[in-house]
Amino acid sequence: MSAELLDLYERMAVIRGTEKAAHDLFMAGLVKGTTHLAAGHEAVAVGASAALRPDDYVFATYRGHHHAIARGATPEECLAELMSRDTGVCRGKGGSMHLTKASASMLGSYAIVGAHLPMAAGAAWSAKLRGTGQVAVAFFGDGATNIGAFHEALNLAAVWRLPAVFVCENNLYMEYTPIGTVTAVPNPAADRAPAYGLPAEVIDGNDVLVVRDAVARAAQRARGGGGPTVIEARTYRHYGHSRTDPARYRPEGEVAEWLARDPLLVARKAVGDGAAVDAADRRAQATVRRAVEAARAAPPADPAQALTDVWADGGAAWRT
Amino acid sequence: MADVITYREAVAEGLAREMRRDPSVVCLGEDIGAAEGVFKTTVGLFKEFGPERVWDTPISEQAIVGAAMGAAMTGLRPVAEIMFSDFLACCWDYLANEIPKVRYMTGGQVTVPLVVRTANGGGLGFGAQHSQAVENWALAVPGLKIAAPSTPADVVGLLAAAVRSDDPVLFFEHKGLFASRGPAAPPDHLVPLGEATVARPGTDLTVVALASTVPVALAAAEALARDGIFAEVVDLRCLIPLDIRTVLESVGRTSRLLIVEENPYQGGWGGTVASLVADEGFELLDAPIRRVAAACVPLPFADPLEQRVMPTVDKVTAAVRGLAAY
Ligand SMILES: Cc1ncc(C[n+]2csc(CCOP(=O)(O)OP(=O)(O)O)c2C)c(N)n1
Ligand SMILES: [Mg+2]
Repeated sequence: MSAELLDLYERMAVIRGTEKAAHDLFMAGLVKGTTHLAAGHEAVAVGASAALRPDDYVFATYRGHHHAIARGATPEECLAELMSRDTGVCRGKGGSMHLTKASASMLGSYAIVGAHLPMAAGAAWSAKLRGTGQVAVAFFGDGATNIGAFHEALNLAAVWRLPAVFVCENNLYMEYTPIGTVTAVPNPAADRAPAYGLPAEVIDGNDVLVVRDAVARAAQRARGGGGPTVIEARTYRHYGHSRTDPARYRPEGEVAEWLARDPLLVARKAVGDGAAVDAADRRAQATVRRAVEAARAAPPADPAQALTDVWADGGAAWRT
Repeated sequence: MADVITYREAVAEGLAREMRRDPSVVCLGEDIGAAEGVFKTTVGLFKEFGPERVWDTPISEQAIVGAAMGAAMTGLRPVAEIMFSDFLACCWDYLANEIPKVRYMTGGQVTVPLVVRTANGGGLGFGAQHSQAVENWALAVPGLKIAAPSTPADVVGLLAAAVRSDDPVLFFEHKGLFASRGPAAPPDHLVPLGEATVARPGTDLTVVALASTVPVALAAAEALARDGIFAEVVDLRCLIPLDIRTVLESVGRTSRLLIVEENPYQGGWGGTVASLVADEGFELLDAPIRRVAAACVPLPFADPLEQRVMPTVDKVTAAVRGLAAY
């Protein structure tokens, strides 16, 4: 049995449990707005994190709970954010779609499709100019591969040979429309990479070790001056696009097939030691339970916070 | 250094001063490097600082501004150039949704010390898609600082403040002013963001202007002075922070206010200035607040048409006379 794999399993279980809690808290009326659960995508975040340095930059999307937690945001501060608490990771100013943990180099979750790919290129450019050896990783959906920012970012990162890794979480759907019906190539991210002279891999995004190894190869290439890589991780979301989506557009057989390849099941099998995995599950559940209790007990977001943090001086003054 | 320089030279001078001072300042944009900029506002930079500091980009406005944002979040002070301000529309997501919001929506976890420079405004016959004064677009978005200098010295001083600012600054260089001349900036010149200046003192009426409309207002004031009407011209220099105190103090002296802006009347920045003065300076006023702004049409090409649409000395002079006689 691999201790590393068991650890990765537990990390995924914490994310799964936190999102389950978010869902339950939503049903209990304690989370407002919307959530885009990443349940089913955990292996992408946890596998990638296992391959990255702590100071490597990560940029994610509105479907980003897994990335925030995988990079070091605590379940408690994430749930507190969703529950509009003062202790939320963004102090109640971000919400589910904007989880950020800058102190862990997780530089944000962005809700304009594709917008963060140029930012990741810029962070990679900065790392290159400062000579830090850091890599910048952008995680994005299949849908983002049809927006201009994706193409501009890939080209710029390629011509400037930037230490960037572009990881597409291809879950086969945009909101409700299958990506294949609106995209000219079968692999929406990987098939575009050759146009920018970039290497690409299509991988099993539900196998945490496969993801870890692919991201490790890409990060190594990036750090060695070899430029960016495109990774297309095929995965599947267990729920609808967002809170209100029952996802009836997905064929039953397809859902069943992917649920059978749940990344947690895949890792459980690979660990091989059922008792050890059960113990990891219990630890994860306890972690989440404590997080929910702490978030519930936290004070509500402070209205005074609404008029802070526009500017670097902490204020919001716009006139004399 | 020459005693008198052009506004265009002042841009390159201001950038060079900041790049010499701070190695984390890097420039990126289309044709800004070896070619030294389509408006020749980056002359000498590539030669002095090389390709590691001055980066030619593809025609990818989103990648330019998006990469500047990512770099600003991670330790650099990028200065991005968007060739014509009209093209800001091609990367508006970054200026409306990303850059001004990221600090706030992360609860202050990140800062974005960047400058986006762009050539703004009309009067040169570039037609509807290369002539707009779009400073009011930026004014609609909380979270951006907005500078728009009218003189070469202010270009240098405000660029210094913009580059050193830990907040994102949208820096409007006026195309119609590039060839204009003025006293060179003294060494270490810095004009803090959000400080208006009285460009010409007067007693009868306050004319608030910005960038290209400052010389228009000054020319009108000069002509009117011959007829015994003394207009005070306030150069705002920045829209955010908005130095409304200087405007209110001036109106306190003159009791009349004319606002001259190049962006369209519809949604123009003068509306915000007028609203603040009406709200906080009503008792100071002896006449209605008037605005001379661009007509609410796209900028036409032909000279007589463009002049018909944009603020001109004649229009300002007529408006001042009307207000003075009110
Ligand atoms: C520019 C832009 N267009 C449309 C939307 C609305 N929208 C939000 S998520 C989404 C689907 C994105 O699909 P994909 O990139 O595959 O990511 P997934 O949600 O599957 O993780 C759309 C269309 C948006 N947020 N931004
Ligand atoms: Mg998708």
